[in-house]
Amino acid sequence: MDLLYDTLFNGLAIGSVLVLAALGLAVVFGLMGVINMAHGELMMLGAYTTFVVQNIFKAVLPEALFPIYILVSIPLAFLVSGLAGLLLEKTVIRRLYGRPLETLLATWGVSLILQQFVRSVSSAFAIGLVLAVAGGILIPRFTPKAWWQQRWTPLLGTGSWIVSGGIGIGIASALGNQRALDQPWFSARNIDVTAPTWLRGSIDVGAVNMPAARLFIIALTVIALLAVSWFLQKSVWGMRIRAVTQNRPMSDCLGIPTEKVDALTFLIGSGLAGVAGVAVTLLGSVGPNLGGNYIVDCFMVVVLGGVGKLAGTVLAALGIGVLSYIVGSGSLLLVWPAMPAGLNDLITFFATTSMAKVLVFALIVVFLQIRPAGLFPQKGRMVEA
Amino acid sequence: MDPLQMRKLAMRSIAGTTALAASLSLVACGGGEKASGDFDGEVKVGILHSRSGTMAISENTVAEAELMAIDEINAKGGVTIDGKKLKIVPVEEDGASDWPTFAEKAKKLIDQDQVAVVFGGWTSASRKAMLPVFEAKDHFLFYPIQYEGQECSKNIFYSGASPNQQAEPAVDWLLKNKGKDFFLVGSDYVYPRTANTIMKEQLKANGGKVVGEDYLPLGNTEVAPIIAKIKQALPKGGVIVNTLNGDSNVAFFKQMKAAGITPANGYSIMSFSIAEEEIAAIGPEYLEGTYAAWNYFQSLDTPASKKFTADFKAKYGDKRVTNDPAEAAYMMIYLWAAAAEKANSVDDNKVREALIGVSFDAPEGKVTVQPNHHVEKLVLIGEVQKDGMFKILENKGFVKPVAWNQYVPETKGYTCDWTQKRPDAGKYKM
Repeated sequence: MDLLYDTLFNGLAIGSVLVLAALGLAVVFGLMGVINMAHGELMMLGAYTTFVVQNIFKAVLPEALFPIYILVSIPLAFLVSGLAGLLLEKTVIRRLYGRPLETLLATWGVSLILQQFVRSVSSAFAIGLVLAVAGGILIPRFTPKAWWQQRWTPLLGTGSWIVSGGIGIGIASALGNQRALDQPWFSARNIDVTAPTWLRGSIDVGAVNMPAARLFIIALTVIALLAVSWFLQKSVWGMRIRAVTQNRPMSDCLGIPTEKVDALTFLIGSGLAGVAGVAVTLLGSVGPNLGGNYIVDCFMVVVLGGVGKLAGTVLAALGIGVLSYIVGSGSLLLVWPAMPAGLNDLITFFATTSMAKVLVFALIVVFLQIRPAGLFPQKGRMVEA
Repeated sequence: MDPLQMRKLAMRSIAGTTALAASLSLVACGGGEKASGDFDGEVKVGILHSRSGTMAISENTVAEAELMAIDEINAKGGVTIDGKKLKIVPVEEDGASDWPTFAEKAKKLIDQDQVAVVFGGWTSASRKAMLPVFEAKDHFLFYPIQYEGQECSKNIFYSGASPNQQAEPAVDWLLKNKGKDFFLVGSDYVYPRTANTIMKEQLKANGGKVVGEDYLPLGNTEVAPIIAKIKQALPKGGVIVNTLNGDSNVAFFKQMKAAGITPANGYSIMSFSIAEEEIAAIGPEYLEGTYAAWNYFQSLDTPASKKFTADFKAKYGDKRVTNDPAEAAYMMIYLWAAAAEKANSVDDNKVREALIGVSFDAPEGKVTVQPNHHVEKLVLIGEVQKDGMFKILENKGFVKPVAWNQYVPETKGYTCDWTQKRPDAGKYKM
């Protein structure tokens, strides 16, 4: 019995990380059909937000408040990643709706840019970047009205971007000579996010040892799930999102602002990635490559669950969690010690983490052969659209 | 939207992107040329490490230590050949944490840049990828990292530890002081697999027992199944030997702490890939009380060690730390320069012959190159302290390197000696 509870808890623990990480992707990919390869990097931004909040708490606020920094970083990470996602939607993805391959490539490019950004951002770099962008946007507004009716007017925008870009580069390199401003904020190194003490211990319930960090993540996952399903099912904007998912042209005709709906969906999906980023700081390393560790698992969960259904995502993640725990920990050997030698060897062979992953992937491939649309296929006429 | 406006918009966004990209790439540049002294010529050497990608975190320090050694040698007048002072000019290439890229860049350094020697590599996978290139071109690679042994190439010089200078003494120490039941955890690639094979044979020979073994894919952060297995195999504490590499270490130690598998609860954890640099990234509070075996610790209390650390901090910033791979990288530049002066040539064949027997007062002590292209090294066992430094628990003195492992049946009795004029000098029966 203890073994059963142990397996259930650990499966739930692994699964809840997958749910949380894949939830944002389920919203973006499932509802909008956008393949966002930068999802992992939005998680990374959430993790870096946690790092910044932790350092602010350490440096500025009284020590007694330190234990709650993780709670403060959750909404902030949602905001940071959500805004980054919004920016991504407004600048890149908006132009690529209905072109999944281009979206895939563009967002993958964005993921590389974000990784390099956290590696090389320094004060000088940030000042140069802000000046260049601000200049590019503001310069055209301060030019004389008469310039806007000339034959060379189309060059005006380009020109202002070139000028402001030049100013940005100049200032960044000038400031870059100063050691204080040239120091990278995070650098390519992994950064150290320390869990507060109340999340470092564990609780024994019966014979099952439950690490506090795992319980925290499970709770966070449940809250995030409830919030998302409430939002989609009960709120006005949630209803609009569902309407656009089902039939975009008709929703448009009926006066639903589809552009706003897209932006909002993307903001929520990205924000959820940020929340997942906070959660994974409790488990693993935080560095520029964090996203790459999760992105494949996220897509696996969403595809297995069936695109467009949150229940599918949850069930798929928990299934994968329990399965990889049972296979990886070799629990089957304990349940049935007298199994035939051949089977015993087979199970022992797969009972390492890396081989368990191979087996889980193989099973998913087999499953998708039988049910290509996943656990919960979406029914309706607009599925292919 | 009318066509004119649309074109304007498109052009503006394109130009904006280009300007941004340009500013991103330009900021990275900078730094001035150093004033060159009076030299009679130059000798080019290749520096080939991952300056981007997963391994960049670790390999940057190694490359920096190499550049520091080159600067120091140049400041003292460079390498003297035939009475002429030659300035060492490093040619840097980025292996980008990608093993085929290492092979490609090694080819480029040898053919295009015509370097006298290449210093580079970190993971065994990168070394194995470069090995055929150096053997085919009969060129010379200096490799600075502790590794799994079972290799002795005429074209590679190994300044890091072989298993009998790190893993084996560490296991002996654990058997003597900490217990007989071992659980082995590693990343899933050549170094941990080979190192664990050696350790299993060694434990069999010395009365220890392997109660479990597990491998994580590189970069994996889900370690719950491993923790469950450790708890089943070692419910009351025991020895855990960790050969994980990279990011998985962070996940491993964070989750072990949460599950109560800590030194305080009777678990002795020994890591082979965690040095001062990695401790800072993982967080000392997760590692305090665990052990590591290396040939150099920053806390080694000798004048040479202190000077090395002080120089490194002065050059690269006060927050930086030195570690074993950086020390091995630093020493191998000096060993090469000394061998070139002894050979009175920078030709790689002559340097290779002259190298054997060359000594250098390294931060760890006086090291001498052995006939099997490895170095006699100081063996230290340390315990991680609160401040992220090691307290040295045992100093086993200098140990001679053994390339072909004597515990593993397949290589037992074999040795390597490049002073022998026999065709199989790299691997022959003693």
